[in-house]
Amino acid sequence: MNVHPRALDYSGPQLDGVIADESELTAGTKIRPGKRYGFFTDTTLCIGCKACEVACKEWNALPADGLNLTGMSYDNTARLSATTWRHVLFVEKISTDGARATTMPPFQSNWVMMSDVCKHCGNAPCLEACPTGAIFRTEFDTVVVQQDVCNGCGYCVAACPFGVVEVSHDDGKAHKCTLCYDRLKGGLEPACAKACPTDSIQFGELDELHARAGERVKALHEAGVENAYLYGAPGSPGATGGLERLNAFFLLTQKPEVYNLPAAPTRPARRVPRAFAAGIATVLGLALCAAGLFAGTEQ
Amino acid sequence: MVERVTGCPREVFLKIADALTRNSGRERTGAICYAVGWTHHTTGVQMIRSAAIIQALLGNIGRPGAGILALRGHCSIQGSTDVPTLYNLLPGYLPQPHALKPHSTLKDYLEHESVPTGGWHSFPKYAVSLLRAWYGDRATRENDWGYEWVPKIVGDHSQLPMTLAMLDGVIRGLVIHGQNPVVGGHNSRAVVQRGLAKLDWLVVRDFTETETASFWYDGDLVKNGELRTQDIGTEIFLLPASIAAGEKEGSFTNTHRLLQWHEKLVDAPGDNRSDLWFVYHLGKRLKKLYADSTDAKDAPIQALTWDYPEKGARADPSAEAVLKEINGYTWPERKQVSGYKELKDDGSTACGVWIYSGVYPEEGKNRARSRKPDGPDGPGTHLEWGFAWPKNIRTLYNRASADSEGRPWSQRKKLAWWNDAEGKWECPDALDFEESKRPDYKPDLSKEPTGLEALTGTEPFVMIADGKSSLFVPSGLKDGPLPAYYEAVESPVRNAFYGQQENPVAKRWNREGNRYHEVGDPRYPYVLTTYRLTEHHSGGTPTRSVAVTAELQPEGFAEIPPELARELGIAALDWVVLSTARGEIETRALVTERLRPFEIDGRRVYQIGLPWHFGNRGYATGAVANVLTSVVGDPNTSIHEGKTLTCDLRKGRLQS
Repeated sequence: MNVHPRALDYSGPQLDGVIADESELTAGTKIRPGKRYGFFTDTTLCIGCKACEVACKEWNALPADGLNLTGMSYDNTARLSATTWRHVLFVEKISTDGARATTMPPFQSNWVMMSDVCKHCGNAPCLEACPTGAIFRTEFDTVVVQQDVCNGCGYCVAACPFGVVEVSHDDGKAHKCTLCYDRLKGGLEPACAKACPTDSIQFGELDELHARAGERVKALHEAGVENAYLYGAPGSPGATGGLERLNAFFLLTQKPEVYNLPAAPTRPARRVPRAFAAGIATVLGLALCAAGLFAGTEQ
Repeated sequence: MVERVTGCPREVFLKIADALTRNSGRERTGAICYAVGWTHHTTGVQMIRSAAIIQALLGNIGRPGAGILALRGHCSIQGSTDVPTLYNLLPGYLPQPHALKPHSTLKDYLEHESVPTGGWHSFPKYAVSLLRAWYGDRATRENDWGYEWVPKIVGDHSQLPMTLAMLDGVIRGLVIHGQNPVVGGHNSRAVVQRGLAKLDWLVVRDFTETETASFWYDGDLVKNGELRTQDIGTEIFLLPASIAAGEKEGSFTNTHRLLQWHEKLVDAPGDNRSDLWFVYHLGKRLKKLYADSTDAKDAPIQALTWDYPEKGARADPSAEAVLKEINGYTWPERKQVSGYKELKDDGSTACGVWIYSGVYPEEGKNRARSRKPDGPDGPGTHLEWGFAWPKNIRTLYNRASADSEGRPWSQRKKLAWWNDAEGKWECPDALDFEESKRPDYKPDLSKEPTGLEALTGTEPFVMIADGKSSLFVPSGLKDGPLPAYYEAVESPVRNAFYGQQENPVAKRWNREGNRYHEVGDPRYPYVLTTYRLTEHHSGGTPTRSVAVTAELQPEGFAEIPPELARELGIAALDWVVLSTARGEIETRALVTERLRPFEIDGRRVYQIGLPWHFGNRGYATGAVANVLTSVVGDPNTSIHEGKTLTCDLRKGRLQS
């Protein structure tokens, strides 16, 4: 039934104001600064309703991206962008070896659906690449862009291994999911998670979400869904290359590439020492060549 | 046989049957939930009857987690049949008086429609209380409580024949509230648009201009030159309406018969007004207009009680006052009744909708507004959350959750049980039975008992005359007492089950502009099915006109299986033309393996899917799918057959 005892305190038809710590009723967690929060998106529960996309755009006052029929199943927003911060992906995996499946595997149909979002990485490459300090880590351990500081250089766009951040054509600034920073400050669950009718998107404290997700994988394995695994939880695929963990992590049943996710994302900053060393070596090499040439001229 | 007839693979059918039977029995229950697409067939009632028989045989009625649930497409479609918008019903499923039935006087009507045993025995109490609510002090015992003012029907006045009646010039004016028949009505061009063009006047109330309001200047018949704007004599009024979410107060009644109140939060912008406001003020003006009339035909309007209190600068009628009348009160004191058991057939009570009685049981107590869930400790019936009709029962016929001796079939699934020590039934739900009727109660039939007294303690189906769930329906269905398998009116294949091809009493209007395809017509070899997409609501008006929902499904398309696409050389997003005897449309192709060719009786049959809620208004546009469909319906409900028809498909575009 999952009715929170506090729900009984708000049974009147109208409320006097915002419910204090509303997220406790809707997501079972109180939001407190200094703790880590994130999303656990369980794709085996996604029904492709796109309520998360609409709730996100409504709450964050984001415009439509355009009216483009893509022909790619029911996915017409196609990707995350400066104005689409939740994106539901549809992949049809109906045939195997040319034979059409006639029944659905348990817990996920052959029509794979997944609500994608900014990963709010443990070591966030966008934040590391940002030269102005516009991107910062909040008191909830989420990663947010401040458009009034952003100079639109686009380094974060190149740095993100997931293609999440985009510089808007409208204002020239970088935009992405804020994990509803404003709602978290007001004690509210993020809009997409609250709107999700199947709890495919779950919001909460990260440690608790990790535990819950681990249990879910175990339960799915026991129910015969052997290909269920976590992507982005510490020590799992997705949390590779120095990213440490993705605060928005996923339960998947297909290879990451099926969901347009990199199999082994890396943090570009990790390559800096090697690239820097290579650069120095090149400079030194060229200097040696030049020295050699000058030495030759003198003779 | 199932595989041969329907194309559903044998192993899939057996898997479904196995899952349902494994989850039925003492310890487990199974529910059948159907999207209302089941009704969109000439065999719709037969299908739902079949589900009812299966659930009755499996013991899946009246128990937690059991039943048959129609998943409604709108937030208050259940409410619109309860109160109702149907031409052949008065509120609360009372039959509309019929000129060709023995309904001439109230006495005839009550005698003809009453059932001596079971819950419908009280029918006269509900009917007289309804007349009292409508006609107030003008209703007297001498004038049959105003019965003769209630309009009598003479036939099928549902949407399909009414649209044809417009085309034939029988209906001259039409008022449309939030409906968009140019998109949603069958045979949109030859019947709907041509019918609208023949009206003298048309009123469309919606929050934005719909295809129905704009057909006269930008509809496809005007665009393709078949109709010229200057030749359309219809005078069209587009009146701005408010939307349910936040702009008006009232109740929604959903799938599980639950009434939930919604508050008005803001005034709708400008001149936008609620349907309640419109109907109320229209009624007031009509009453004023006919106040001095001596013509008998104006008497119903003169006699109507129309005294809802008005609120605010816009003179909004109070929706709660309407709900109070729906609940019912004593007459003339107007003291709220606590439920329909208090209703009388002597004019001392008034009640707008008897099944809703109890929703407003005392002054100041609107149970539809209540939002108190059960806590974590249960019981989980949430009786304080809204109000479920009748009597706040959440699981209908819940006496069936106990065996003949009144013991729960299982502890895990217990809902009602007989407490012999106290001589009453215990039930964490509202009990759908008489509280003190012993399981071993037997009526003394020699005394000719009536109503519920005539039913034994083991008969839970209290609204049925014999208290039993029946496999065989003795009366009421126009296509027979037991379901039978028929093909759709349009089908590419012969009925492999037996000789009768289609429902022999399907409602057909085979006429110019509305021709049906013969079985196996080679010109229309493919099966076409129409449906809504999750992203769009209703006829698409509320979502196609909002950018962030329009972009999710921004354009119309036809879903085509890859085998057929290969055969016809169609690639994703190519333009294709779909055609039937009613018309043709062009749209884009979405090639998908989700549509599987059927193997029916050794033949491969392709099915094409077509979302029907697109039109030329709003951001998300597309051809009107219902240009292709025909006016044909189920014999009981007159509901169109939009789920199965035949069509042709070719690559390319329409000649322009």
